[in-house]
Amino acid sequence: MQIRYSLALASLLGAPAFAAGLNVSIEVPRLDVAEYHRPYVAAWIERADQSVAGTLAVWYDIKNKGNAEGEGTKWLKDMRQWWRRIGRELQMPVDGVSGATRPAGKHQVQAAEGSVQLPKLAPGAYMLYVEAAREVGGREIVSIPFQWPPAQAAQASAAGSSELGEVRLELKP
Amino acid sequence: MTASHPVISSVIHMKNIVRAAALACSLTAAFAAQAHNVWLLPSSTVLSKPDWVTVDAAVSNDLFFFNHRPLALDNLSVTAPDGTAVQAENMSRGKLRSVFDLNLAQPGTYRLAVINDGVFAQWKDKATGQAKRARGNPQNIASQIPADAQDVQVTQSSGRIESFVTVGKPSAIKASGKGLEMIPVTAPSDLVKGEKASFVLQVDGQPARDVEVTVTQGSTRYRDKVGEQTLKTDANGQFSITWAQAGMYWLEATTKDSKTSVANAKERRLSYAATLEVMP
Repeated sequence: MQIRYSLALASLLGAPAFAAGLNVSIEVPRLDVAEYHRPYVAAWIERADQSVAGTLAVWYDIKNKGNAEGEGTKWLKDMRQWWRRIGRELQMPVDGVSGATRPAGKHQVQAAEGSVQLPKLAPGAYMLYVEAAREVGGREIVSIPFQWPPAQAAQASAAGSSELGEVRLELKP
Repeated sequence: MTASHPVISSVIHMKNIVRAAALACSLTAAFAAQAHNVWLLPSSTVLSKPDWVTVDAAVSNDLFFFNHRPLALDNLSVTAPDGTAVQAENMSRGKLRSVFDLNLAQPGTYRLAVINDGVFAQWKDKATGQAKRARGNPQNIASQIPADAQDVQVTQSSGRIESFVTVGKPSAIKASGKGLEMIPVTAPSDLVKGEKASFVLQVDGQPARDVEVTVTQGSTRYRDKVGEQTLKTDANGQFSITWAQAGMYWLEATTKDSKTSVANAKERRLSYAATLEVMP
């Protein structure tokens, strides 16, 4: 997994008008397989002690085949790390967090500090995790470390090798 | 013609050996935990929501392949997170394995256990001096031993074979306070490759100190060495293991003491076995 950092020239452009927060770009890779199902994907933030600061997004099969609990929730546990750390504490669906699975391509997740996804973060070291699990497929987890609050706008990216493409984290002071 | 005699006698000899081996097997079955691998294997150990699981139960030579005997489920006890009993459904005993289904409706950790309490007796027949044996339970063992039996030795056995299934968030396992049992410190749903997990062994609800625990990874059929790890409980009955690989694991511990509840029994043999799943 490669991690690249680059500092944006945001400071030259003056203070940003929006609230502090972060954007995550998640690439669902196009796979050439006989039986393809869109992956379940979870993105969340952990503190240095592995406790969860916030779940940014959960994409799962929200189709409700006449079952009050939703058939798709059955496989949420396959995003194993997310499930252990926070998933099993949540009652799906979560407004502003959960949504339908996404097709191949790059997808944006935006979270403002103080929202459901991203409560106020104490200054310190954090880790962004993106975990993907695909029915009759594999599982992959990609992580990007970052410091909060960011002194200036910054970007970092990492890439998965099988179930995830590029994951890009954009920090907005 | 003369040449055939040795052949016949060796066939008879072979039959005797087979019979002796079969007898030895049936006797050790009384304390089956030591003789073979006994296990419950759930179809899932972690569920996102209330659902069914199916469980295989067997006495086998390899982990986790049913290749010897089905495990008797007469003493199956499934406890829900709230402490109530769960009724097993579609229970079936095959030639090589037993099977049952469980409808797990509550969030939390379910404890699946086969609890066997037995008594084993051996004595010498007064008239012939021949060694005799019998097995039974605390209630019926006395009726099986003749009044004039000599050199009577009675041994009590207490065994527990377990596995755990968690729906959603794990819940704590409550000690039964009877026999040898394992109380997870690390939830059975939270066992992960590369991470350390801890458990406590108890005998009758008290810490079981200095008890040896062996931990063996499944799929033994596909490797040359069993590769079991041997651990020991500390003064608090606790032991820890860092999982080298993900997979199904079999854990076993045995101990003995003199706390018998059967008349004339001097020794109590305690055994415990659990199936645990470690995630990658």
